[in-house]
Amino acid sequence: MAETDTPTVDRSAHLAAADGAVLRADNLIAGYLPGVNILNGADLYCHEGELVGIIGPNGAGKSTLLKALFGLVKIGSGTVKLKGDDITNERADTLVTKGIGFVPQTNNIFPSLTIQENLEMGVYQRPASFKKRFEFVGELFPALLDRRGQRAGSLSGGERQMVAMGRALMMEPSVLLLDEPSAGLSPVLQDEVFVQTRRINRAGVSVIMVEQNASRCLQISDRGYVMDQGTSAYTGTGRELIKDPKVIELYLGTLGKK
Amino acid sequence: MPADVTTTPGGNTSAAQAPSDNATGVDVSAARSALNDVEQVPGAAKPDPILVADGIKRQFGGLTAVDVEHVEIQRGVITALIGPNGAGKTTFFNLLTGFDRPNEGTWSFNDHSLNKVPAYKVSRMGMVRTFQLTKVLSKMTVIENMLVGATGQRGEGLFSAMFAFLWRSEEDANTVRADDLLERFLLIKKREDFAGSLSGGQRKLLEMARALMANPELVMLDEPMAGVNPALKQSLLGHVKSLRDEGRTVLFVEHDMDMVRDISDWVIVMAQGQIVAEGPPDAVMANPAVIDAYLGSHHDQDISEEEEDQILAEANAEIERSHEAAHQEDHRRG
Repeated sequence: MAETDTPTVDRSAHLAAADGAVLRADNLIAGYLPGVNILNGADLYCHEGELVGIIGPNGAGKSTLLKALFGLVKIGSGTVKLKGDDITNERADTLVTKGIGFVPQTNNIFPSLTIQENLEMGVYQRPASFKKRFEFVGELFPALLDRRGQRAGSLSGGERQMVAMGRALMMEPSVLLLDEPSAGLSPVLQDEVFVQTRRINRAGVSVIMVEQNASRCLQISDRGYVMDQGTSAYTGTGRELIKDPKVIELYLGTLGKK
Repeated sequence: MPADVTTTPGGNTSAAQAPSDNATGVDVSAARSALNDVEQVPGAAKPDPILVADGIKRQFGGLTAVDVEHVEIQRGVITALIGPNGAGKTTFFNLLTGFDRPNEGTWSFNDHSLNKVPAYKVSRMGMVRTFQLTKVLSKMTVIENMLVGATGQRGEGLFSAMFAFLWRSEEDANTVRADDLLERFLLIKKREDFAGSLSGGQRKLLEMARALMANPELVMLDEPMAGVNPALKQSLLGHVKSLRDEGRTVLFVEHDMDMVRDISDWVIVMAQGQIVAEGPPDAVMANPAVIDAYLGSHHDQDISEEEEDQILAEANAEIERSHEAAHQEDHRRG
């Protein structure tokens, strides 16, 4: 990057504020190949009931951070804690039973199964609670109830995203991780995703979302992180970040100024 | 092998050699300075366009991925096509190069219409592309990959292939050219290695070198910097610039803004399938429409709780429409 004077997150203040968080990650270093780290000391926390948005330019490590939290990327050093328990590098299926829900960016539904079967898959580790959770999800996404017998593969992008979110909610997660839920959708459907995410959060689920639509994401977030080169470069309330010229600079370079 | 190569005669091989040679006879500096007079608006007319597209539309079900009213690419310069994820850049590339068909629209290269021209013919006409995820032939050697890139070979026919004397001299000439390009792209040491054994950055180089085997007038690069390590980036940048300096037109898609700023003469910005801005790099990156495109547009105001229901209703209507459209498409295709 051209500029080096970008202030980073004040780590001590961040650590103090992270106290009592439902999910927190400290100083994560992780990557896909040995010796090539994508995360270079990323910090993050999410309090009970909070909606946290993560934005940043391509390649900043947003999705990798989310995958590391969910055990899909091996963490080299650093810790992830869920309600105080160390869950660093635990398997994804274990994390699901412990209360983390994850919605990947792509391939997040079973196309040959019906909507209802997709939701059943979400709760296969706890089949007895299907009925109760199905009602919860149905209330959030009534359109899915209407089409419950339809094959998920025949749905449009926006609906698939609802199915994927619905499935992740079937296990009653304490934290829901969303990886770019609005990617590839039209503006109206993107807005729908943000509205639905806010409603899920209002229903009591803590949410951490990675997003490419930065301003919408920051608008609905209680707090945001801006990632750059594998670290959490800035954090603040959504409103603070949305107006910060440095955030724009991260996306578009130095705007032709020195 | 490269040593004796230089002594081999080959009349048609001189074109794409040293960067100082101008392969196409285009006055590069004139082409670049001509851009100063171009209006900085989407769809601006260029003084000497090599590629012109009109009313290009591509829909996937209910989603309009590309909806470009008009665009012209200036000959002899480096044009960057940028935009946030999902803006339709690669889809637009695929449409222009015949790898995908638009629902409607017309486009032409050097005033030849490219409607319904298949990809392989597009490349023979002098418009060659590379891919974001490289498509080297991994079970062939580097030099074999290069030779596959040569076009219009006499030995291609079933009949002529049997008579080596018909094509041997041409094959030799192609090999000379391939070796020169491998030298230039620092791949000559890998000549006999399987392409599958190359690193990601080397594959990008090989793809670029192979594209040059067709001696193209227009080189289209889809994210040349993606997955390339920082050490190789500088040399890749140099290679792209040298393409321009030898008179080729370059159009590239890229996310690396430093690269865009560094080497582009002109920048075209896409968002939601449309062209939202055009201009020189600095002007474009300070353009509010571009900042909106990257950070999300028209979003200065919050979604109020009252608006939520309205948005959901609109979304539902759009989903209904897309089902309808998909249904009709199924119907049409029988």
